[in-house]
Amino acid sequence: MADRDLKALTAEIDCPSFERPAFTRPGPLSLATVAVVTTASLHHPDQPDFAGGDTSHRVLDAARRDWVLGHWSPNFDTSGYAVDPNVVLPLDRLDELVTAGRIARVADHHLAYAGNQFELSAIRLDSGPAGAKLLVDEGVDVVLLTPV
Amino acid sequence: MSVLAHVFEAAGLATVALGSIHSQIQRTAPPRGLYCDFPLGRPLGRPGDAVFQHRVLAHALDLLERAEGPTVEVFPDAIADDAGAVLACALPARHDAALAPAVDEARGLRPAFDRAVARYGDRAGTGRAIAPDAVPDAVASFVAVGKGTPWKQAGIPGVPARVAQDIRGYYETAALALADHTPAAWEATRWFVQRTEAGAAIARARDAMAAAGEKQAIWFYLLPADS
Repeated sequence: MADRDLKALTAEIDCPSFERPAFTRPGPLSLATVAVVTTASLHHPDQPDFAGGDTSHRVLDAARRDWVLGHWSPNFDTSGYAVDPNVVLPLDRLDELVTAGRIARVADHHLAYAGNQFELSAIRLDSGPAGAKLLVDEGVDVVLLTPV
Repeated sequence: MSVLAHVFEAAGLATVALGSIHSQIQRTAPPRGLYCDFPLGRPLGRPGDAVFQHRVLAHALDLLERAEGPTVEVFPDAIADDAGAVLACALPARHDAALAPAVDEARGLRPAFDRAVARYGDRAGTGRAIAPDAVPDAVASFVAVGKGTPWKQAGIPGVPARVAQDIRGYYETAALALADHTPAAWEATRWFVQRTEAGAAIARARDAMAAAGEKQAIWFYLLPADS
C-alpha cells in the first residue's frame, strides 16, 4: 500500500473543463477576509455526516474547532488530521497571518464538501453556488481550497 | 476541488486551490493552483509543523497577486511516502482466549484509544457508524463474514464501509497513544492493515464478499484500494 499507487488510481479520472473560467482579482491581501473550503467532508459532531455521493456542504464554525472527518473513501491518510487539524483546515495558521498583518481577517464560517465525487453537476449548479453565496454574504474576499 | 474554485470565482471570490494529484490540478486548471506533492490527506504537508504549513500558505497566497490566470505552480518541497514503513507500536497481549483474536485485540486497545482521545480528541476515529464501545462486536461481525457468514447475516452494525472505517479509525487513534509520536502518512494505516488481527479480519471479509459475488460497492471501500 503506497500513496503513489493510490494517486495513480485516480490520476486519469475524467475532470470537467471550463472553457471560459471566471477570474476574480482580489484587493490587497492585507485587507482581505479569508475562508477555507475543504473537500475533506469535515463536519461538527452534531451535523449529519456525508452520505455516499453527497454533494451538499456543511458550514463549519471557526469558533468550535471540533470538526470530525467523515468520508466514504478510505484512500487518504487520516492520522495527520487526527493529530493536527491545521494540516487540512489551517485556521490557526490563518489566525497567525492576521496577527502578522498578512491578511485582515479569518472568516467566522468555513465550508466542507465531500471529495471523491464523480457526478459534479449538483456541485456546479446547486451546492457550490449556495456555498459561495454564503461566503460572499459574510464578506469573504479570498478562499483557500484544500483537498484530502 | 478545482470545480469549486471555478464556481466560487464566478461568484466574485478570489480562490487559490491546493492539489495533491498533479494531473488532476493540471487538467482542471483552477484560476490559481498550487500542486503540493504531499501524501493524500495532508494538503498542508506536515502535521504539527507550523513553519512548514506557513511556507505552503505563503506560496499559495502569493499566487493571488498574479494579474492573470489560470496558473498552477509546484511547491518546491515534496513529502515522499516510504511505502515500506509501518508504524512500530505494540499490540495488547492476548487476554481472553475465549474470544476471537481480533475481538480480544480490539478490547485490549480501548485504554490506548481513550488516552489518545484525551490528548487529541476523536477527530478521525469512531463515530461515522459506531461508538467506541461497539467496536469489538463490529470486529466480530467481520470475523464472521471472513469465515463464510453472508454479510447481511453477520450483524455488521451499519454500512460495511462506514463500520470498517470506524474500526480503522479506532485502531489508528489508539496507535497515536501507543507510538507517542505523529506517524508519517500511511504508517498507521499500514500497521492496521498489515499487523493487526482486525485489519486481517476485514481483509478476509472483503475477500469473502468479493468471492461471494457481492456488489463491488459493498466491499471495495472496506480498506484502502491497494491494500
